[in-house]
Amino acid sequence: MKLLRTAILSAAMVSATAAYGQISDGVIKIGVMNDMSGTYADLAGPGSVLAARLAIEDLGDLVKGLKIEVVGADHQNKPDIGSNIVRQWIDVDKVDVIVDVPTSSVALAVNEIVKEKNKVFLVSGAASSDLTGPRCSPNTIHWTYDTWALANGTGNAIVKTGGDTWFFLTADYAFGHALERDTAAVVVKNGGKVVGQVRHPFPGQDFSSFLLQAQASKAKIIGLANAGADTTNAIKQAAEFGITQKGQNLAGLLVFLTDVHSLGLKTAQGLIFTEAWYWDMNDANRAFAKRFAAANRGVYPSMIHAGVYSAVTHYLKTVVALKSDSDGKAVVEHMKKNKTKDALFGDGEIRQDGRKVHPMYLFEVKKPEESKGPWDYYKLRATIPANEAFRPLADGKCPLVSG
Amino acid sequence: MDINLPALFGQLLIGLINGSFYALLSLGLAVIFGMLNIINFAHGAQYMMGAFAAYFLLQYAGLNYWWALILAPVIVGGIGIVIERAFLQWLYKLDHLYGLLLTFGLALIIQGLFRQQYGSSGLPYQIPPQLTGVRDLGFTFLPNYRAWVVCFSLAVCLGTWYMIEKTRLGAYLRAATENPTLVRAFGINVPRMITLTYGFGVGLAALAGVMAAPIYAVNPTMGADIIIVVFAVVVIGGMGSIMGAIVTGFGLGVVEGLTKYFFPEASNTVIFVIMVIVLVTRPAGLFGRVA
Amino acid sequence: MAQATGQLTAPAEAHGHKSELIAFVVMVAVLAILPAFVYPPFLMKALCFALFACAFNLLIGYVGLLSFGHALYFGWASYFAAHLAKVGKISIPYWAGSWQWLTITNSPMVPELAIFLAVMGAAVLGFVAGSIAIRRQGIYFAMITLALAQMMYFFAVQAPFTGGEDGIQPVPRGYLFGLFNLANERVMYVFVMVMFLLGFLLIYRVIHSPFGEVLKAIRENEQRAISLGYKTDKYKLVAFTLSAAIAGLAGAIKPFVVQNASLTDVHWSMSGEVVLMTLLGGLGTIFGPVIGAFTIIAMQNYLASFGQWVTIIQGGIFVACVLLFRRGIVGEIANLLRIRL
Repeated sequence: MKLLRTAILSAAMVSATAAYGQISDGVIKIGVMNDMSGTYADLAGPGSVLAARLAIEDLGDLVKGLKIEVVGADHQNKPDIGSNIVRQWIDVDKVDVIVDVPTSSVALAVNEIVKEKNKVFLVSGAASSDLTGPRCSPNTIHWTYDTWALANGTGNAIVKTGGDTWFFLTADYAFGHALERDTAAVVVKNGGKVVGQVRHPFPGQDFSSFLLQAQASKAKIIGLANAGADTTNAIKQAAEFGITQKGQNLAGLLVFLTDVHSLGLKTAQGLIFTEAWYWDMNDANRAFAKRFAAANRGVYPSMIHAGVYSAVTHYLKTVVALKSDSDGKAVVEHMKKNKTKDALFGDGEIRQDGRKVHPMYLFEVKKPEESKGPWDYYKLRATIPANEAFRPLADGKCPLVSG
Repeated sequence: MDINLPALFGQLLIGLINGSFYALLSLGLAVIFGMLNIINFAHGAQYMMGAFAAYFLLQYAGLNYWWALILAPVIVGGIGIVIERAFLQWLYKLDHLYGLLLTFGLALIIQGLFRQQYGSSGLPYQIPPQLTGVRDLGFTFLPNYRAWVVCFSLAVCLGTWYMIEKTRLGAYLRAATENPTLVRAFGINVPRMITLTYGFGVGLAALAGVMAAPIYAVNPTMGADIIIVVFAVVVIGGMGSIMGAIVTGFGLGVVEGLTKYFFPEASNTVIFVIMVIVLVTRPAGLFGRVA
Repeated sequence: MAQATGQLTAPAEAHGHKSELIAFVVMVAVLAILPAFVYPPFLMKALCFALFACAFNLLIGYVGLLSFGHALYFGWASYFAAHLAKVGKISIPYWAGSWQWLTITNSPMVPELAIFLAVMGAAVLGFVAGSIAIRRQGIYFAMITLALAQMMYFFAVQAPFTGGEDGIQPVPRGYLFGLFNLANERVMYVFVMVMFLLGFLLIYRVIHSPFGEVLKAIRENEQRAISLGYKTDKYKLVAFTLSAAIAGLAGAIKPFVVQNASLTDVHWSMSGEVVLMTLLGGLGTIFGPVIGAFTIIAMQNYLASFGQWVTIIQGGIFVACVLLFRRGIVGEIANLLRIRL
């Protein structure tokens, strides 16, 4: 079943050839690479390929006459497999732009290759804020979210609404440490206090003893500085130990719509976290979500899918304007010069360090009785305006930012 | 570090719960090894299948946790019997390592198929309503479900031990491992006994899977990592005795629990470190007979 | 234990070294021509794994020891080489009232030195793990090596210098002996090929040395070897360390090829893969691991878009190899032609 779907999605040809002389080998080839079968298959996966196709569809007349091809591949969350695929895509298959790439480790590897080969890299799935920090590249745009924005949104808003003592449950590897560090800084800056933390092994299975330590700390907020199955496991077991009923709240630092779906509202209710996009915020989003879900086994789009849609839209507009896709650096330069505009993210812009800027949102998971139906999971707690949502340009240590 | 005694008891208790999974799994491995001389690498995959079976029974047949506790081991054990007849029975005359390789291949196939079909984000499975809630023990909070896990798995372990060590059936089993030809001469169908034993060991894995479903994420890779830890448990205990598997399982769960409290960074590795120490001092394992 | 019966391998009857020589010449010729037809980075990766499988085969094929944790040496050598070539910092903790760090060097190293030190590192790991594991035999040996590898995997996840999930990246290729620019794909290919051939010939030499004959005697019947006065544990340990070092050589080259070192290479599934490559190619054959590695890597590469099916097919190959053709591809051919390969 899944095999069939990947096969159908893997090549979607749009329209016939045209007179774009500067399009390398006559085809604009979009390579969507992500985790097609593992932990992140639902929140990125084949859905991202679909989102890219929908973006092409919606551009309609603008890209008529262009030959655009979308290919998909599975990096299995392994940097060596990912970099292999990307090299081969660029060298052999003449792919012009790499899109999505969740899992920071793979994204960082792809980042280097794309720079070396002067193509374009549009990141939607990966979280590491290093991509617009020390590792920023003139060929890369980080589209949807990053660890700094999540930590900032969640840390900030929670401290302001009274959650001023924190205990961190941190996955014991570089990514978890970074999440904890960024969030703790925000908490302290806003007058909150970190009363303790515990490093759990990654990947973890049983979090009960760590949760007991969190409970004993009497902190108001338990910050989950981990991701994927670790986060869902921790939330599941926190519900079992009745931690939320006893007045402590969980704050997820990296939670997606699909995580909430797999936990169920009964377990996930009350969880607070930050995201860049939610399907039920306006009519345009809802219309997109319906169309998307219909073609994606009924699974609704995550913010990563929306980011892919938005990024591909802006990329194709730029290529049309430039009439060329051969010089990756020039394309990205042009993308940065022009404001972005699309149905899902509205107006936005791209900074010099490659950071796409838009508002972020703080959500709380609804109680089961508040939900009107499947996928109706979030209520909006706060909006973080675009100019506050991301790390200030000067703090990122990105070499591209002069002065 | 100041030692907070109530918290320490809490961790001990939690360790005992994890230990019950180790005990059930290493018991299953020991039973299979004792009879078939095969290290069942597919044990982790079969544990995972138990959890999935519980999910399917609920989802498609409307059968709750209690039914799953009985049916899932029977179903997965049945699959085990098929596996034994189709694959394993051809290996008994070969080097034991081939059994390890074959079951490793089977584990890859099973895990791959489940991932292909169900992704790996995990499926929801709720705690049975009779066992929700938390008990305040004074020094710690104990969810009722976990209390049940400890008691039930202890009962299963001891029951298995009794059956193998103290009953006539068990006597046949043990005799058949020592001298199959002689046992056959008494008119006992040894191949069938071997098949059923494999099914029973697999059933134990599935039972652990059902018990894990409500508290751990039900996903295709849930068994892949735990099985390596269980291997270390088995090496520490030594494959000599059924009781050895049970005691080591629970004991190491407790040790791991304590590590999570005193030195959480090492909680993933502590069992392996113990394994090294045991190997250096007692190569045959704590309860093992010298091979 | 059962390995004494020597059923693990079915070496074909020897008919001199001629067939091996011809096969070797053919292999070198094919490797020299292949880059003209096949994407070179793929070939380089396959060569790394081929050497890795050959190193593994030295243990299982010629000593009868199944190590289920060989990713430990491969992956850690990969980390060592990547770290030394990129950062180069080596610190040793020492006790002076409290724990202090003594920093020996602090600058990136040239590739040849990084690879050499990484191989030494893998040899040390192999020696330590080997001395623990050879205390037990048969499946216990397999389980212990697996458990040790898993322990070091967790350590790799946590250790700061490995970069956790991000791994070490990008690894600079640099200049070999200050002369050859490895960033040039062609130069890199020649380098990888030469290293592979050196490792391959070393293994060949070991197998056909008197030392190798003792190893084979241990594989066939350890008790008899002991009664002949051989300290079999010592032989096994040396073979284990050597195998770990050569696996380390393969691992140390890999980060220069793919330009990163990551958790993939220390994970147990990598240990499983190398078993599969060797089993498929033919345990105890000299060329089998090479064929097996190329087959598996090609399969992974060309079936990558099918996601999990790769794992399922690999599992299927395992089962098929164990049940139907235990000699592997090369072993079956050799048996058919009654030659030694």
